[in-house]
Amino acid sequence: MSQSRGTVIGVNGNMVSVEVEGEVALNEVGYIDTYSGDERRRLKSEVIRIRGSRAEVQVFEMTTGLGVGDHVEFTGELLAVELGPGLLAKVYDGLQNPLPELAAQCGFFLDRGVYIEALDRETRWRFTPKVSPGDQVERAHTLGVVPEGIFEHRVMVPFNRYGTYTVKEVASEGEYVVTDRIALLEDSSGTEVPVTMMFEWPVKRPIDVYAERLKPVDPMMTKVRIIDTFFPVALGGTYCIPGPFGAGKTVLQQITSRNADVDIVIVAACGERAGEVVETLREFPELIDPRTGRTLMERTVIICNTSSMPVAAREASVYTAVTIAEYYRQMGLNVLLLADSTSRWAQAMREMSGRLEEIPGEEAFPAYLESVIAAFYERAGVVTLRDGGRGSVTIGGTVSPAGGNFEEPVTQATLKVVGAFHGLSRERSDARRYPSIHPLESWSKYTGSIDRGMVEYAREVLHHGDEVGQMMKVVGEEGTSLDDYVWYLKSEFADAVYLQQNAFDPVDAAVSVERQKYTFGILFDLLTARLNFGQKEEARTWFARLRQRFLDLNGAEWQSDGFKELVADIGKAVGSVRAGVEDNAVSIVGEMR
Amino acid sequence: MRKVYSRIESIAGNVITVTAEDVRYGHLAMVTSSHGKSLAEVIRLNGTQVSLQVFTGGRGVSTGDEVVFLGSPMQVSFSDNLLGRIFDGSGNPRDKGPGLEEDLIEIRGPSVNPAMRIIPRNMIRTGIPMIDVFNTLVESQKLPIFSVSGEPYNELLARVAMQAEVDMIILGGMGLKYDDYLYFREVLEEGGAMSRTILFVHTASDPVVECLLVPDIALAVAERFALNGKKVLVLLTDMTNFSDSLKEIAITMEQVPSNRGYPGDLYSQLASRYEKAVDFEGAGSITILGVTTMPGDDVTHPVPDNTGYITEGQYYLRNGRIEPFGSLSRLKQLVNSDTREDHRGIMDGMVTLYANYKESMEKKSMGFRMSDWDQKLLRYGEMFESSMMDLSVNIPLEQALDRGWEILAECFEPAETGLRTDLINKFWPKGRAAGADEESA
Ligand SMILES: Nc1ncnc2c1ncn2[C@@H]1O[C@H](COP(=O)(O)OP(=O)(O)OP(=O)(O)O)[C@@H](O)[C@H]1O
Ligand SMILES: [Mg+2]
Repeated sequence: MSQSRGTVIGVNGNMVSVEVEGEVALNEVGYIDTYSGDERRRLKSEVIRIRGSRAEVQVFEMTTGLGVGDHVEFTGELLAVELGPGLLAKVYDGLQNPLPELAAQCGFFLDRGVYIEALDRETRWRFTPKVSPGDQVERAHTLGVVPEGIFEHRVMVPFNRYGTYTVKEVASEGEYVVTDRIALLEDSSGTEVPVTMMFEWPVKRPIDVYAERLKPVDPMMTKVRIIDTFFPVALGGTYCIPGPFGAGKTVLQQITSRNADVDIVIVAACGERAGEVVETLREFPELIDPRTGRTLMERTVIICNTSSMPVAAREASVYTAVTIAEYYRQMGLNVLLLADSTSRWAQAMREMSGRLEEIPGEEAFPAYLESVIAAFYERAGVVTLRDGGRGSVTIGGTVSPAGGNFEEPVTQATLKVVGAFHGLSRERSDARRYPSIHPLESWSKYTGSIDRGMVEYAREVLHHGDEVGQMMKVVGEEGTSLDDYVWYLKSEFADAVYLQQNAFDPVDAAVSVERQKYTFGILFDLLTARLNFGQKEEARTWFARLRQRFLDLNGAEWQSDGFKELVADIGKAVGSVRAGVEDNAVSIVGEMR
Repeated sequence: MRKVYSRIESIAGNVITVTAEDVRYGHLAMVTSSHGKSLAEVIRLNGTQVSLQVFTGGRGVSTGDEVVFLGSPMQVSFSDNLLGRIFDGSGNPRDKGPGLEEDLIEIRGPSVNPAMRIIPRNMIRTGIPMIDVFNTLVESQKLPIFSVSGEPYNELLARVAMQAEVDMIILGGMGLKYDDYLYFREVLEEGGAMSRTILFVHTASDPVVECLLVPDIALAVAERFALNGKKVLVLLTDMTNFSDSLKEIAITMEQVPSNRGYPGDLYSQLASRYEKAVDFEGAGSITILGVTTMPGDDVTHPVPDNTGYITEGQYYLRNGRIEPFGSLSRLKQLVNSDTREDHRGIMDGMVTLYANYKESMEKKSMGFRMSDWDQKLLRYGEMFESSMMDLSVNIPLEQALDRGWEILAECFEPAETGLRTDLINKFWPKGRAAGADEESA
């Protein structure tokens, strides 16, 4: 692409109209020349509409001080990110500017028009070649590897190098910086192509260099009981967490970012509070990941465009995040992208659409809202690579519906495309029943690690217990039969000891799949047992006692002596009131045996 | 010599359009009409067409009035001379003091780099048990008071202003009733707090555009003081008026509304102000306590709703009290472990019991039989409301915790409170049955 120039002819908020001399492409990046005080600043922007020689660009910075006649230089490049070793443990803004480095240069505030290279140019990486001169390669073929944290980072043929190449030279084992040439390729017409350890990829284009996309089937363990057991997420799948403010979306994502059984986590803080990112930022370098013995930060990338940062960059930030996720998937890794909150991203689109004076849809969101949301989640997936390996990108997004009402465009558009829905309820969070995922309204299309029939049975109990609870509000305890009352107690019990989970307890915070299977087994045994009580008061006290033990069990180290004792205790307690099996459980309990 | 433009081409609401060259987005102009002078801000450039928002409104502006561009964006004077002074939304004196022109700083400056933020760590004591004990205010927190109109939210703000342990207070009033403005002034003067206070006040009868400037000016000044090492508390009342001004202007600009007439960027607009709350490592801090009145007591109304998504919790003011339910300081757990060892225990225990009290009340109102336990709870609930929740209660945290224990001891056996045995052994008031209870575990 050629590099055109242009002149500003209009300014409307962060949308600027430019008269272009020459050619320009949609999503091409341009820099607007302006002054901040006496300092010359070049403000990054992206073309979002072209009509004749007039282009509309969204500026990724505040536009105060721009004027008609300012010069614009287009780059000929689409909005892109740098890919290569050194992304892990980084904290970037929505356009991949490293924030700590920016702070070192500018201090407390985010100065306009200061852009820093995303990948450090000085770090030396130990390169081991994996090809030899004469080998035939195509894009994404591994030319060599460098260690990055606990991973073997593949240095690949840039994904935008279409066609087949012959390796002419490859660097010998040794230390290189990302800009060093590590290979020389030659295409079929004999043109030489130098390759370094880094390249750029346009963020709005999915990385598509895999062999085949597969159906997501393997569960991704979050270590959150209600999710893994009742509403599982699959590796390569998608899920969303809508909920009113304060219901626990961010806390749930923070827990998941720590405990999820994946190789790499990309945290996209999109239009939310800066303070929440700071927690991750300050704590992850201190927290040791038990599986690797290294800090959590070393497997994490943070993309951070918080609510007071420029809105246009917020729109870009989710694409920056998903592109980095896809890049690591290409190395045969399981990557989890957590976006908080996708509603802010949708709102950024809405603001721009309004400035473009497009015909608004529902709640003034643009008509293309649905297709854009769908396209974003479509970038998740589990794939086989050309070398036979397998990698995945799983996407989990929070949604912040206006008024906490799920009947709004962003929630609805998201529900159409995701594989699991973890709906948070105000009622549950008010009652401090965390995580406040609604057990009756949420759903998942994926298969978890625990027997479906058993889970279905537990759901029935919850459902029935809920009905009895509703009824009891009207007729009082006196008007409820003992039988129904016990169903109610069972469902409350299951809620208290299994659905709820204490995020701040060192043991209960993350529960392994073996442990979930085991404790769910105990719970299932109780739910299906017919229990013999003389009267309600007796039943209530019995359940209250058992609940205390079960909560103690949840806090006990897996398979410790205390744990085993409590299991035995609970078994004894249940045994003392057991009177066979509930009628509706006869067949399923039979199956289990 | 600056060029004078004397042809205003259109006037719609507060927005005027002139043909002019060399104008920069966001810069100011002075509009001189027969009614006097007013600042105006460039809000749109389209070729040589320049749209300006006139701070005192479009009313009375005539097509022949003069417009002079000033060549800079909105600024405000910053110095210690601001202390004790009262200004309007454009930064002009509202008291009898002189206008301030020196050391101008820009408002709406860039946001803080998230990488430079630190995890909040200091409690701000207010002497109000419902805040200090149950939902502690934390330095650098942003927190609104959600209130129905008619509740004493300004009284509450004034009390916090007088008692909070901070270096200085900046009050931003938006659409303030004149009486309320006088009330604040009086309370601050009588309490001797005026010398550490700055007021930026837009009253209900002032031009709507100036309402929008109040938080920006207040926070720009606060930011400078904070960078100079001051612990600043910014009080903003009422952010619903601010949002309504945004709405009014968006509608006159013919923007497509997103929800009940409010513009689609309401969230971003509110967030860019609230996110100014910060703790500068090695310098001072900004804490924001705002008021958001809820039209029709509806928390799903766009203003409280968007606010809730931005702030770090909220205080619900209802029936003259801060409700323990619905109120939440999301940062409290960062500080309430280092106050006194029984703080968290009392906080959780008393609220749980209060929730039980509410259930008993409900049962009672439906005519169900009251058990002994229900009776105890009823007694407890009344005591809790009168000697903890009532806004007139004014005691330091430690005394409030002691009072909590007294109320519990008055109403319950130790084991009935659900509090940890070690806490009961240590804090249960002397002379009452304690410790001996085996079942409390
Ligand atoms: N699992 C949990 N355990 C204990 N407390 C929780 C849990 N989840 C949420 N909370 C409490 O609720 C508060 C709000 O949670 P969180 O910030 O996750 O809400 P949110 O849904 O992200 O809200 P918003 O939409 O406003 O960002 C937390 O500060 C914490 O006090
Ligand atoms: Mg959140």
